[in-house]
Amino acid sequence: MSTATTPKLKTSAMIASFADPGQKTASAPFGHALVKAAQENDKIVGLTADLGKYTDMHIFAQAFPERFFQMGMAEQLLFGAAAGLAETGLVPFASTYSVFAARRAYDFLCLDAAEPNLNVNIVGGLPGLTTGYGPSHQATEDMAIFRGMPNLTIVDPCDSMDIEQAVPQLAASEGPTYLRLLRGNVPTVLDEYDYSFELGKAKVLRGGRDVVFISSGLMTMRALQVAEALAAHHVDVAVVHAPTIKPFDTATVLAELNTDRLAVTLENHSVVGGLFETVASAVVTAGLGKRVVPVALPDEFLDAGALPTLHERYGLSVQRIVAKVLAELA
Amino acid sequence: MVLTQEKAARGKASGVGKERVDRVEGAAFRIRHHALNMGEVQGQGYVGQALGAADMLAVVYADQLRFRADDPEWDGRDRFLLSTGHYAIGHYAALAEAGIIPVKELETYGSDNSRLPMSGMSTYTPGMEISGGSLGHGLSIAVGAALGLRYQGSDSRVYNFLSDGELDEGSTWEAAMGAHHHQLGNLTAMVDINALQADGKTDTVLRTEPITEKWQAFGWYAQRVDGNDVSALLAAFDNAATQAAAVGRPSVILCDTKVGRGVPLLEDREKAHFMRIEEHEWQLCREQLTAGYEGKAAR
Repeated sequence: MSTATTPKLKTSAMIASFADPGQKTASAPFGHALVKAAQENDKIVGLTADLGKYTDMHIFAQAFPERFFQMGMAEQLLFGAAAGLAETGLVPFASTYSVFAARRAYDFLCLDAAEPNLNVNIVGGLPGLTTGYGPSHQATEDMAIFRGMPNLTIVDPCDSMDIEQAVPQLAASEGPTYLRLLRGNVPTVLDEYDYSFELGKAKVLRGGRDVVFISSGLMTMRALQVAEALAAHHVDVAVVHAPTIKPFDTATVLAELNTDRLAVTLENHSVVGGLFETVASAVVTAGLGKRVVPVALPDEFLDAGALPTLHERYGLSVQRIVAKVLAELA
Repeated sequence: MVLTQEKAARGKASGVGKERVDRVEGAAFRIRHHALNMGEVQGQGYVGQALGAADMLAVVYADQLRFRADDPEWDGRDRFLLSTGHYAIGHYAALAEAGIIPVKELETYGSDNSRLPMSGMSTYTPGMEISGGSLGHGLSIAVGAALGLRYQGSDSRVYNFLSDGELDEGSTWEAAMGAHHHQLGNLTAMVDINALQADGKTDTVLRTEPITEKWQAFGWYAQRVDGNDVSALLAAFDNAATQAAAVGRPSVILCDTKVGRGVPLLEDREKAHFMRIEEHEWQLCREQLTAGYEGKAAR
């Protein structure tokens, strides 16, 4: 076989960045934010389950070696020990991948930290579809799993700015939290808007007459790109960023939804149990007869492959979302 | 009697003399008596386990633990973490014996609006450090508490009470490795080996032996004793204290106990996770317990 006729294959790198070529990024925003918070709060400690380098926790470990505890590849110990550290008055941040946090060690977070409402902060890498490794690493249902846990605050940040501003607020808030981590070179997007992260609040990033997007996580970045693209089609799109999934800012979101505009939710998560269903339950509870269109991952185990391929395949790409909105408006 | 042991000397064993043994055995007797009374109110409960573990609990609360009865949240306290939530009946009895909760309150055990639920929870009960009950959690939390106390310069110790059934749980061994890796010399685990689990005898449910060798292989200072022999328990705790250090080997005391211990009627009954006791038998149980204790004291 001649190499000249073999097309170059797209690969599924584990730590693929979802930043677009040339996009402004910040390196390891979580790690640096935790170091900054720890400089101001000597109760903050960090721990991980053999994934320090892959959750940006290594930045903290290098800055504060005596405040960092390696737990080994033992997620149950990770969460139990985090609870024990919190019992002594410390403020632990414990990192692993979202799949292991949600699926493997749920009971330990639930009973050791959430039931006593301890200030234990879980940091989950590779949330939703941010790796091409397939279902073993893709936490497509982490929010669905975690939303049922009483006391747990869930944050799905959009970009490096969201993460930088969220970390000190998570440390300061009572009770356990779960942060869907974006790691490595993370896009910086929200600095272009009149925006600041406020735990528990949704914010209107831009107004628009025809369509309203409610989005969280990296899908807010896509929502803003889609809004730009739809402007060329003379479609005016509002974007509401709701990074705190629980407790949810129902008042802000419903005020934006209760109009004649087409309402669309966008999330990097299964269509089951995440942002869409959070919004849907708020709509129904309020008695609004409002249709909501979900942009979300399907209720399936997803393919392995290259991230751009998979985002296109499962409808998270700008192109697919533009087409979906235009079809809805047609 | 309120036992406030905050001034207890560290690492200076006073020897296992008669006075010390008598004091702890007296506490164990009262813990058993309390447990029978609580069981009678409910008509059921984990009475067999409470009777079996009473000597371990008495050694902890009447001899080892540093605490202030009138300030259960005192920063300088040692931490006693009950991993086996269903042993709460015995733990409540020990908390009453220690003066942390009123003896009178024990009669509310397992009732609506009580601070003393059937399965122990930190959010309900003064002196209850964790919400146990989902088995295999306590030792992981203990690892974090021991790390946190040591990091903050505290000389408080952490005691984790677990059962041999919890040795089935993988998380127990994650924590055992973690404690050794971090050299948590301020951590002592005590395992109640009553050889009984929910579905039957431990060796028919999932074999856990050889237990001592397992803990040794995980890097712990392991001792195995008769968990219903107060003198042996005190000597084991003294040994553990002698070799304890802020940075050093964690210690485990493996305690072979007898379900229903102290009440011959129950000692001889077919062992069960939930022991059956008829309404008319409770008084007989108390009489047997008292007779045994007084007989021993008279010797």
